[in-house]
Amino acid sequence: MAAFTLRVNGQNHRVDVESDTPLLFVLSDDLALRGPKFGCGLGQCGSCTVMLKGEAVRSCITPVNTVGNSEITTLEGLGTVEKPHPIQQAFIDAQAVQCGFCVNGVIMTAKSYLDKNARASDADIRQALSGVLCRCGAHTRMMHAIRQYAQGARR
Amino acid sequence: MRHDAKVSRRTFMKGSAALVVGFGATGLVARFGLSPSTAAQGINGAPSNQLDSWIAIAADGKVTAYTGKCELGHGLHTAQAQLIAEELSVPFNRVTLLQCDTGVTPDQGTTSGAQSHPTNFNQANLALAGATAREVLAQRAAAHLNLPVQQLLTRDGVVMSRTDASKRVTYGELIAGAKFGTALNTNAARKPQNEWTILGTSIRRPEIPAMVTGQFEYVQNVRVPGMLHGQVVRPPFVGATLERVDESSVRGMPGFVKVVTKKNFVGVVAEKPWQAIQAAAKLSVTWSRGAGLPKHNTFHDTLRTQKPTRDTFTVNSKDVDEKIAGAAKVVKATYLYPYQMHGSFASSCAVADVQGERATIWSASQAVYPLRDSAALVLGLRPENVHVIFRMASGCYGCNGADPVSYDAALLSQSVGKPVRVQLSRKDEMAWENYGYAFVIDQRVGLDAAGNITAWDHESWSAVMGGRPGGGNPGNVVSGMLAGFEPAAFAARSPAPDPTNFGNMSNAVPSYVTGCVGPRCGGTGTVASQRVLTHNIRSPFFTGPLRSPERLQNTFAHESFMDEIAASLKIDPVDYRLRHLADSRLAHVIQEAARLAKWEKRSSPRAAVARTGIVAGRGISCVLYEGNNGYCAAVAEVDVNQTTGAIVVKNLYIASDCGPISNPDGLNNQLEGGALQGMSRALLEEVTWDDEKVTSVDWRTYRPLYLDAVVPVIRTQLINAEGRAMGAGETAVTVVPAAIANAVFDATGARLRQIPFTPERVKAALSTR
Repeated sequence: MAAFTLRVNGQNHRVDVESDTPLLFVLSDDLALRGPKFGCGLGQCGSCTVMLKGEAVRSCITPVNTVGNSEITTLEGLGTVEKPHPIQQAFIDAQAVQCGFCVNGVIMTAKSYLDKNARASDADIRQALSGVLCRCGAHTRMMHAIRQYAQGARR
Repeated sequence: MRHDAKVSRRTFMKGSAALVVGFGATGLVARFGLSPSTAAQGINGAPSNQLDSWIAIAADGKVTAYTGKCELGHGLHTAQAQLIAEELSVPFNRVTLLQCDTGVTPDQGTTSGAQSHPTNFNQANLALAGATAREVLAQRAAAHLNLPVQQLLTRDGVVMSRTDASKRVTYGELIAGAKFGTALNTNAARKPQNEWTILGTSIRRPEIPAMVTGQFEYVQNVRVPGMLHGQVVRPPFVGATLERVDESSVRGMPGFVKVVTKKNFVGVVAEKPWQAIQAAAKLSVTWSRGAGLPKHNTFHDTLRTQKPTRDTFTVNSKDVDEKIAGAAKVVKATYLYPYQMHGSFASSCAVADVQGERATIWSASQAVYPLRDSAALVLGLRPENVHVIFRMASGCYGCNGADPVSYDAALLSQSVGKPVRVQLSRKDEMAWENYGYAFVIDQRVGLDAAGNITAWDHESWSAVMGGRPGGGNPGNVVSGMLAGFEPAAFAARSPAPDPTNFGNMSNAVPSYVTGCVGPRCGGTGTVASQRVLTHNIRSPFFTGPLRSPERLQNTFAHESFMDEIAASLKIDPVDYRLRHLADSRLAHVIQEAARLAKWEKRSSPRAAVARTGIVAGRGISCVLYEGNNGYCAAVAEVDVNQTTGAIVVKNLYIASDCGPISNPDGLNNQLEGGALQGMSRALLEEVTWDDEKVTSVDWRTYRPLYLDAVVPVIRTQLINAEGRAMGAGETAVTVVPAAIANAVFDATGARLRQIPFTPERVKAALSTR
């Protein structure tokens, strides 16, 4: 066991875990966050995505001892039910969800990409989401929501 | 909306009247000690007929409704809340809907088979409860206000005089948290569809804001005090049995608590999830080898030849051979379908707390009451002492890992005496789930000189093992079998007996025959000479319902074949279908999809097909799902790259008629999602295996449609018909594969008869032109 101080959504959290523990388990179990999720544990589906210093990373294959004190942002860190972030609002407006389990990976990956590529084309956005899976087939609505957000963010 | 595990039944009870939970057939198991297998375990359970089991109204006028049909990501929770708000004339946000909890809600069996809409939105169950409650409230208000009930109307939770709004009484005043104390009135008047203001509108799903902000509690997020974490160790080979477990291999690992074994079930419990995963990986287990698996690349031959079989006639007019022998022309084709998997996005998870004689299980099972009974068998407890609480997981699309992981968590918890959470690894999810059925389907028709079908002969082979556990067969899924229960026995039967009544639950009967069994005809077509013979064999893998089970496979074969017949006659495939249909609603969805697609009347393939480069085509397909549960037709427009064999679906035009529409946007979402899932299954998905184990064990080895895929533009036409509410969650997925195959034929003249339509198979088909 080793002690780590993680900076998550603007707050410091001290945790005591095995140093090779994937970041996902620390976030979802020790910190009881519900945004990042276990989907495959192999970095193949995107459901565990968080932003590390603004970059989308797969927390299920990121050992906690590699994170240091870098700022970690999870889906909870973007907005709340009462005050959603514009990208979250775009998903609500488009009802771009079926089961909703994949939406963490979709939003975190898309936002991280659009933060750095504001003028991305649809093809660019799709490419950025190439490692993200949705099994319910909500692809069309999600792309619509992302496009709406991107257009709003550019204005 | 934030459903939390800590919201207990006690909390539910405080806000509403006392509950009457039904004792249906499954309740009788507990009460009278009947063997669970002898109790009725129908798909829709045996819910109470007491109004108090369905609806409670608090003194403040808030309405709580109880349903046994759960939200699975398809919008059912919202639609059911709309239904209650509509029938009771209260605002949508005044309704709280509690779903699928054996301590609280009616026993409505399983949320599956596109049965939720027909079950709860017609003159029975939840809809009838709403109608009965409004009727009772109006009657009580009549007495209270001393007015005839005909002079009263209900609005916003108030009963008032139609002529004098000052004469009024609220629901809260009338019922004040007390019980209704009455049975559902089977004649209670539903609110007429043309008066709906809440039902039939696109109310947004209230849980979505919590989902997109990371606040929603999935079953994967359930945390209870003192909870430990488990990980299972499944056999490395199909059919392997446990020989030895060496607990010393993991003793002393961080957080290690216990190794648990029961027959061939092996699991590890630790304090934290990563510790459990590490211990399970390190645990030294010796297994026997299994008996081996049939070859993957010749499995469709195995299906056709393996004995024994269970044979069934769905229809048999006994004149098919004679009619085909006398036909002017005979057309034949064979269609092949692989095993496919639910492949739920999140690997399955459950939390169980087994303390002595009692157990609580938080599960994403589609079937809380059946799970209560089957988990009781696994645990050796009385069913009434097992409490199953539904929490949503990722989309399941049928019998995925939700039930087996519930047994996993329960077995581990029982062994350690503390609550245990288990989330399966991706491999454990994929290698052992109950796959959707592989099929071989032979089709044959006779045609007269005018090109009309005179006889239709359908014969299929598919493999089955296990399935939904129901209340009495925990061995129907992997962990129940490992713990010592057998899958339901394979009941061989050959030859098939004559059919006794018509049903088309599996859509084995094509839409174009009359479906006559004895004097009654339940089909949608005109062809009187018909034979549908199906053979089941025992599957080497677990199988179970996967969205549109058998119906997709059969519809792929029927609708591809109908296209082949039309092409052989050089007739437009829409016209040819309409010529053989007797059901005007099925004809109507075909016409609407064709209209939406600006369908050009001509035969397939299109004239002067280029033999190289990218070519475009269109195709159509239709279904009356389950023979009586939702009409749908789709037109696909595709591009086919004849060099690479890649198919790009450019447009899908979908027409749907599921009776009265409860939530148009929710319906559209289901049609869109179903269509893309159908496209994923048609183009990409196939379970693979080697000589002893499944090799589709992650998203690299079983790759569905990712978000980088170029997906079609989907346009829908929703037909808001009157009459009976039907299902709509499984129709689009059913029609899309054949529509794509027919469009590829139209574009290229090459016929695809084996799913998935991989580039290699497309190129092989192109090379045979």
